[in-house]
Amino acid sequence: MTSIKLKLKESEVQQLREVAKSFNNAPGELINVLHRAQEIFGYLPAEVQEVVAQELNVSVAKVYGVVTFYSFFTMLPRGRYPISVCTGTACYVRGAEKVLDEFKRILKVPVGETTADGKFSITCLRCVGACGLAPVVMVGDKTYGRVTTDGVKDILKEYEEAE
Amino acid sequence: MIKLTIDNRTVEVEKGTTIYHAAKKLDIDIPTLCYMNLGDLKIEHKPGGCRVCVVEVEGRRNLAPACATECFEGMVVQTHSIRVLNARKTVLELILSDHPFDCLICAKSGNCDLQDMAIKMGVRSIPYQGEKSTYKPDFSPAIIRDMDKCIMCRRCETMCNDFQTVGVLSGVNRGFEAVVAPAFERDLDHSECTYCGQCVAVCPTGALTEVDHTTQLIRDLADPAKKMVVQTAPAVRAALGEAFEMEPGSLVTGKMVAALRRLGFDYVFDTDFAADLTIMEEGTELLDRLTRFLDGDKKVKLPMLTSCCPGWVNFFEYHFPDMRDIPSTARSPQQMFGSIAKSYFADQINTKREDMVVVSVMPCVAKKYECTREEFSVNGNPDVDYSISTRELAMLIKRSNMDFNRLPEEDFDQPMGESTGAAVIFGTTGGVIEAAVRSAYEIHTGKTLKKIDFEQLRGIDGIRSASVDFDGIEINIGIAHGLGHARKLLEDIKAGRSDYHAIEIMACPGGCVGGGGQPLHHGNPAIIKARQKAIYREDAGKPIRKSHENPAIIKLYEDFLGKPMSEKAHHLLHTHYFDKKQKDVLLD
Repeated sequence: MTSIKLKLKESEVQQLREVAKSFNNAPGELINVLHRAQEIFGYLPAEVQEVVAQELNVSVAKVYGVVTFYSFFTMLPRGRYPISVCTGTACYVRGAEKVLDEFKRILKVPVGETTADGKFSITCLRCVGACGLAPVVMVGDKTYGRVTTDGVKDILKEYEEAE
Repeated sequence: MIKLTIDNRTVEVEKGTTIYHAAKKLDIDIPTLCYMNLGDLKIEHKPGGCRVCVVEVEGRRNLAPACATECFEGMVVQTHSIRVLNARKTVLELILSDHPFDCLICAKSGNCDLQDMAIKMGVRSIPYQGEKSTYKPDFSPAIIRDMDKCIMCRRCETMCNDFQTVGVLSGVNRGFEAVVAPAFERDLDHSECTYCGQCVAVCPTGALTEVDHTTQLIRDLADPAKKMVVQTAPAVRAALGEAFEMEPGSLVTGKMVAALRRLGFDYVFDTDFAADLTIMEEGTELLDRLTRFLDGDKKVKLPMLTSCCPGWVNFFEYHFPDMRDIPSTARSPQQMFGSIAKSYFADQINTKREDMVVVSVMPCVAKKYECTREEFSVNGNPDVDYSISTRELAMLIKRSNMDFNRLPEEDFDQPMGESTGAAVIFGTTGGVIEAAVRSAYEIHTGKTLKKIDFEQLRGIDGIRSASVDFDGIEINIGIAHGLGHARKLLEDIKAGRSDYHAIEIMACPGGCVGGGGQPLHHGNPAIIKARQKAIYREDAGKPIRKSHENPAIIKLYEDFLGKPMSEKAHHLLHTHYFDKKQKDVLLD
């Protein structure tokens, strides 16, 4: 997994320590602590994982193992408008892959990455429970149903105009 | 007790027993691949991941992994029904479908659990074609990772995390992308790896192997301009024979010397000589610290920890850097040997150090790293040029057309081949400290030991302690093998809970006899114990059994070093440690 380098501020390290403490620094709470950490930072850079490992007394390798296992966790900052394309069974059979390809083509970034201007990022997810609207795309908290390849540019336009 | 039926035979087992162990009682050998059980060493790994050990349990819909399924009263098990045999073969075919077929040129060929299983199952084709894993290979100074050959048995993770508590390896990513790797998929060289090599020792395939120095050695041996010097570690002689179908625990000291001479070494010496030298330096350091402590010096650092094991040295440099002033400053025997060979001995044979090649044969892979440490070189010329493992030596002997079993027994060359029984036992857990006690007692009290064998220091438990009476003063001794056990002792010291005066630590299970460079034990801990016995046998048979009585060592001090811990001895035989926690591991 690619990652970016950064130096955490002392206040950020302190914030992480408090999160770990609120879970009693228990190794079994690793996933919960990572969830909170991702809420705070938007993503989980290596430096954050190192602090979490130290606070919960687990190896950094193990933390990285968990971060890379669950698709919810990301080591790259998400765009201001994170695009999630559902590739669950229902969406998939109704053309989710073509929709996904169209996003990739227009934004020129692969799945899991963010455009250079930091605006959009693309990820896949599995089923949001709206199979009747398949294929489904989410941008931030907003859901779009029955998306077609032609509809992709209209969705993007909405957010380009927003800025 | 629980009664069950396996292959139509009844067996009674204790509650909690797995099908695998119950079957063993009936001499039914259910095949396993990921499973590993190192008995007395208290390491059991049963992830139930590979599914090779599946069996049929009456009334259960799916097949059960025998290694991880507990027996119940009235259980009826079939271990070789047609359904089981087919499933097992399919499982293996699927594993093989994502494995490179380069067995002919693989370092593990002939010694590979996966290959053995394919033979056993009679696999003749791979019906599944598709994508294969491709992962960048990782070349560190000691260990090579080729994850394309990994079958995700995860034995290495158990050794690295549970036994050694080093925590470098973890399963990362998921599905087809899953791989065992260090954090952020860095190279081992950019991780906190101690190079103990226990991952290599248990890897069933060629995914984890040691760096191979045999090609370089063959080239150097063929160069007439080079004076070739070899040293052999104590534990090698107790294991090398296994590579030539001898019983585990066979001692092959004389044959090993003969083989090395025939390979073309000019001087066949013994690391045991340097082990005796280590005792002189480390023992003197211990006595010095003890005397100062007893005189009321509050600044003196006790307990003193041994420093022979390079995996252990790496461990405290990474994990306990703030305690790096506690271990003895004495270099390891390998490095003491190199330092003396390229100074004292180089003068004797009128040879420049640049024209000498000092090679070590070690039961270890961390030794490969140790000889690359900058502080062990002079103007860029290393004291020990490189180290080969017991396995590499066995391979070289085979390649050189020698019938090892029929080689004569020969003696080491002099002066650096002279050694005592105290040096031999460096090869097993408890040995270094016993050797130190033998000499320290006599030097301190001026009396001769009535009994040389300190049985209370021997054994195979992970952490042991004993007291030795130094003429009225009780010396408390701790022993740990396995870095997880070492960690416990270190945490006690840190918390002020420790009343030890001296502690011996070895990274590998059983000490060097169970080292990462030894012939593979394939999960059989009895082999490690047999080697340990052989080491004590070799000690018992030695005419001199105390390091300070080694005549070559006495002469070395008289002619060259002066006395233990002299300025010259400090310069050549002692070292200092680093805080590796601060090393910027992100430099990749």
